[in-house]
Amino acid sequence: MSEAKERIDALVKGNDVVLFMKGSALFPQCGFSSRAVAILDHLEVPFETVDVLQDQEIRHGIKEYSDWPTIPQLYVKGEFVGGSDIMMEMFESGELQQLLKAEA
Amino acid sequence: MAAKDIEELIRSAIPDAEVEIRDLAGDGDHYAAKVVSEAFAGMSRVRQHQLVYKALGGRMGGELHALQLETAVPNGESK
Repeated sequence: MSEAKERIDALVKGNDVVLFMKGSALFPQCGFSSRAVAILDHLEVPFETVDVLQDQEIRHGIKEYSDWPTIPQLYVKGEFVGGSDIMMEMFESGELQQLLKAEA
Repeated sequence: MAAKDIEELIRSAIPDAEVEIRDLAGDGDHYAAKVVSEAFAGMSRVRQHQLVYKALGGRMGGELHALQLETAVPNGESK
């Protein structure tokens, strides 16, 4: 495992809910990341964020880690859940609430 | 990237796909796509989206900055 992949693995496994995003939760730097944060804020679950703009290795590594080409990416209990479109669909259907409640 | 190029790439990889593309900002850079195909049956949402991203052959996140994606099985839930 490369060094970047090891660091990503530690972040994914060490946090119950972690969002890899552009910018911070307070200052998202992309509309898709902003939408992902808004959904998690609305659900009032504690979550960690990782700003990929601060770390080029993670920015590229995370795309290989999950075989997913875009950011944001949400992981819950070590599992890749999806990007902001999937988060929105799961939020609208109530599945995201179920998933996060199960983790609380 | 033109909407019809996106549609053609998706159709060439998923021949039965019904593809509907909207240009969100009118700038040829921000799109929303809805893709409906039998190929998605039994797949998780993540796998469905990965199939479409593969069809786009690495352009997603690069040449194609923003594509909101919705996938579904014909007459089925978009799971």
